[in-house]
Amino acid sequence: MYRIVRKQFLNPTVVLMDVDAPLIAKKAEPGQFIILRVDAEGERIPLTVADYDRVGGTVRIIFQVVGGATERLKHLEEGDYIHDFVGPLGTPTHTEGLKKVAVVGGGVGCAIAFPIAKKLHEQGCEVHSVVGFRNKDLVILEDDFKANSDIMKLMTDDGSYGTKGLVTDALKELIEAGNQYDEVITIGPLIMMKFVCQLTKQYNIKTVVSMNPVMVDGTGMCGGCRLTVGGETKFACVDGPDFDGHLVDFDEAMERAGMYKEFEAHARDEACNLFKKEVQ
Amino acid sequence: MPNMSPTKNPMPSQDPNVRKRNFLEVATGYTEEMAIDEANRCLQCKKPMCMNGCPVQIKIPAFINEVANGNFEKAYEIISETSSLPAVCGRVCPQESQCEGKCVRGIKGESVAIGRLERFVADWHNAHDTAEVKVPVSNGHKVAVIGSGPSGLTCAGDLAKKGYEVTVFEALHVAGGVLVYGIPEFRLPKAIVAKEIEGLKQLGVKIETNMVIGRVLSIDELMSDYGFEAVFIGSGAGLPRFMNIPGENLKGVFSANEFLTRTNLMKAYQDGSQTPIPHVKNVAVVGGGNVAMDAARCAMRLGAEHVYIVYRRSEEELPARKEEVEHAKEEGIEFKLLNNPVEILGDEHKNVKAIKCIKMELGEPDASGRRKPAEVPGSEFEIDVDCVIMSIGTSPNPLIKSTTKGLDTQKWGGIITEEETGLTSRPNVYAGGDAVTGAATVILAMGAGKTAAKAIDESFNK
Ligand SMILES: Cc1cc2nc3c(=O)[nH]c(=O)nc-3n(C[C@H](O)[C@H](O)[C@H](O)COP(=O)(O)OP(=O)(O)OC[C@H]3O[C@@H](n4cnc5c(N)ncnc54)[C@H](O)[C@@H]3O)c2cc1C
Ligand SMILES: Cc1cc2nc3c(=O)[nH]c(=O)nc-3n(C[C@H](O)[C@H](O)[C@H](O)COP(=O)(O)OP(=O)(O)OC[C@H]3O[C@@H](n4cnc5c(N)ncnc54)[C@H](O)[C@@H]3O)c2cc1C
Ligand code: SF4
Ligand code: SF4
Ligand code: FES
Repeated sequence: MYRIVRKQFLNPTVVLMDVDAPLIAKKAEPGQFIILRVDAEGERIPLTVADYDRVGGTVRIIFQVVGGATERLKHLEEGDYIHDFVGPLGTPTHTEGLKKVAVVGGGVGCAIAFPIAKKLHEQGCEVHSVVGFRNKDLVILEDDFKANSDIMKLMTDDGSYGTKGLVTDALKELIEAGNQYDEVITIGPLIMMKFVCQLTKQYNIKTVVSMNPVMVDGTGMCGGCRLTVGGETKFACVDGPDFDGHLVDFDEAMERAGMYKEFEAHARDEACNLFKKEVQ
Repeated sequence: MPNMSPTKNPMPSQDPNVRKRNFLEVATGYTEEMAIDEANRCLQCKKPMCMNGCPVQIKIPAFINEVANGNFEKAYEIISETSSLPAVCGRVCPQESQCEGKCVRGIKGESVAIGRLERFVADWHNAHDTAEVKVPVSNGHKVAVIGSGPSGLTCAGDLAKKGYEVTVFEALHVAGGVLVYGIPEFRLPKAIVAKEIEGLKQLGVKIETNMVIGRVLSIDELMSDYGFEAVFIGSGAGLPRFMNIPGENLKGVFSANEFLTRTNLMKAYQDGSQTPIPHVKNVAVVGGGNVAMDAARCAMRLGAEHVYIVYRRSEEELPARKEEVEHAKEEGIEFKLLNNPVEILGDEHKNVKAIKCIKMELGEPDASGRRKPAEVPGSEFEIDVDCVIMSIGTSPNPLIKSTTKGLDTQKWGGIITEEETGLTSRPNVYAGGDAVTGAATVILAMGAGKTAAKAIDESFNK
């Protein structure tokens, strides 16, 4: 059992939690993730390590409420316990030797991108962050990115905050302005990562994406997280989650991501109903 | 006077038409009368061939004799001298190629039902067991066991009984290895595995779940920072293989591990489980081992209309236990033998719609004695399915190897050990079970755990 020591809503559907997990806090690196089960009947879901406190022994997760498991997790409070919490899983993001990087995050993907931006910044790399959200209400981690970037561009789809437009618009501008990046690291919805990769391909900039397929065990045992990278089958949980974005078959990944849609819609309604009942 | 009936006492079982839609245990077990009657079929051979067939050399005639005399607890004690998991092995051992395959009664008629008797004895013991577990006095030595499958549990149990302080580290959220995430409830009730694990805990074994060794802690850290003087690696062979044919990443294609994990470990078959499982109509399971049979029978129980086993050799070569093949047939699983998949076809939304196979014929026996199948040119055909489950084997997960310096493995990933002790290329690090042999059997994994426990104990008493 793993105690929640801090809980905070970053926006109405994105929640931050610091969880007491000293062994994981000691080892975790940006790019790695944990798998948790909210309760004894729960589904196993992966969430990225958004930050860690090696001394205090806590691991930060930032999650968007999208379905059954995240809905249940949202209802836990400080002092409550998460049933299972295992990690750090996956391979850390490669940051060594990078001098200038554009970090492009979309939506809750920013939570995954942030620790990478922070680590790069701490090791003296020039960091240009581009973060995008659908609207003002959904913006998260603005100050954190600001504090860890040399340039930061905040985009919203509807222009209600920052600059109106897509992250690809801002990234294109930065590249066109003559910025030469060693790498672009992009994390967000599949469709966003796909377009970022199409853009950077034109300029021949190496691009790393973080893939979030459905996972079960997270140790390479089920193969549910597989995707096609450069014509080969890879398991995101052990070979990734980071991959060369120019080699990833995004169309396949998008189809596979929809595999459990019907079940999930049902599970979410169930979870919501359950909590409604509890409230009544 | 022995019972000279040429046939075994049949195993009472659920009706196939009922059980194919539920997850309750298929075989319900012998009654005392049946067990005694069956035990009387044993000739009490002076040179019992059956024992040669048992990888751990259970004293078969001796325990059967006790059953015949109604001394079930005594029978249990005899089995326990060499086996730690009789309730499991009695259910899942491939008896026809082990103990029962060697039994002289099998020459004319059916062998003695050794497995069923073993199961009966273990179940009887579990139902009547009242003895308090004596917690052994600690000898002060700490041993870490990685993985909680049959090899790890056995090694832990044997060491704990000798006074070692044992901690089992398991990557998943429950202990039991394949016994809980792979083999389904209807073949091996999880309560049996849970009881074994409870027994270990009473012996003082600590079980730490959610501990992926190599990630959370490395073997080196266990030894240098946490004071473990010896380590046993029983991490199994959980990495699924795929065929690398077109269409394998379509929606509706699963590894058997994923399908079985969702079903068994995450209990997707129960109402209210939060883990999704597709409720598919027509399923092709590729492969012919126990894993394939389990996947096929789970799919049937989840409501499929047609479930096909697609296997490239003939019935004779099916590696699954004979009983599972028979049970699967009774439950309506359709066998498409001598067929090999060449492609999986999808619709416009990338959902599986068919599997394309090619017919095979058997040629001359190869080095292993099995006849090698060859494709019949131009014989391709399609089977309409909406789900394909790949069950063509697994290999050891590379995580332990890649995070443990100086641990030698075979090219295919199996950890290299000394056969008599289980010692690896690293001092004080032992290994056994599927992690060493590749996917094998429960009894061999259990035997390997015993061997290593003995060697570890001897290494401290040199
Ligand atoms: C390596 C990795 C890191 C991730 N990090 C984060 C993170 O930091 N913050 C965050 O908000 N989300 C993250 N996700 C996504 C997160 O795991 C899913 O949102 C979560 O599992 C949804 O569960 P649910 O039951 O609430 O929703 P569901 O109703 O089950 O599903 C809603 C959506 O989540 C996806 N999903 C469902 N189950 C899984 C699963 N087991 N694995 C992956 N995706 C799944 C579905 O495809 C669907 O699009 C990450 C995913 C992966 C693979
Ligand atoms: C579906 C199925 C059906 C089968 N049917 C039969 C049968 O009928 N009869 C039979 O005799 N055999 C059968 N087998 C084979 C048998 O189950 C295995 O040979 C046996 O379980 C191997 O035992 P083990 O202890 O080596 O490993 P496993 O049972 O595989 O256990 C290994 C454990 O180690 C854990 N682990 C792995 N890596 C790590 C790590 N890095 N850190 C911590 N923990 C880790 C795993 O999560 C797992 O729990 C079947 C197998 C399957 C999959
Ligand atoms: S352990 Fe297996 S092989 Fe040995 S006697 Fe029992 S059923 Fe037969
Ligand atoms: S070989 Fe058969 S008959 Fe002979 S002792 Fe063994 S079980 Fe009994
Ligand atoms: S999540 Fe099971 S193999 Fe990656």
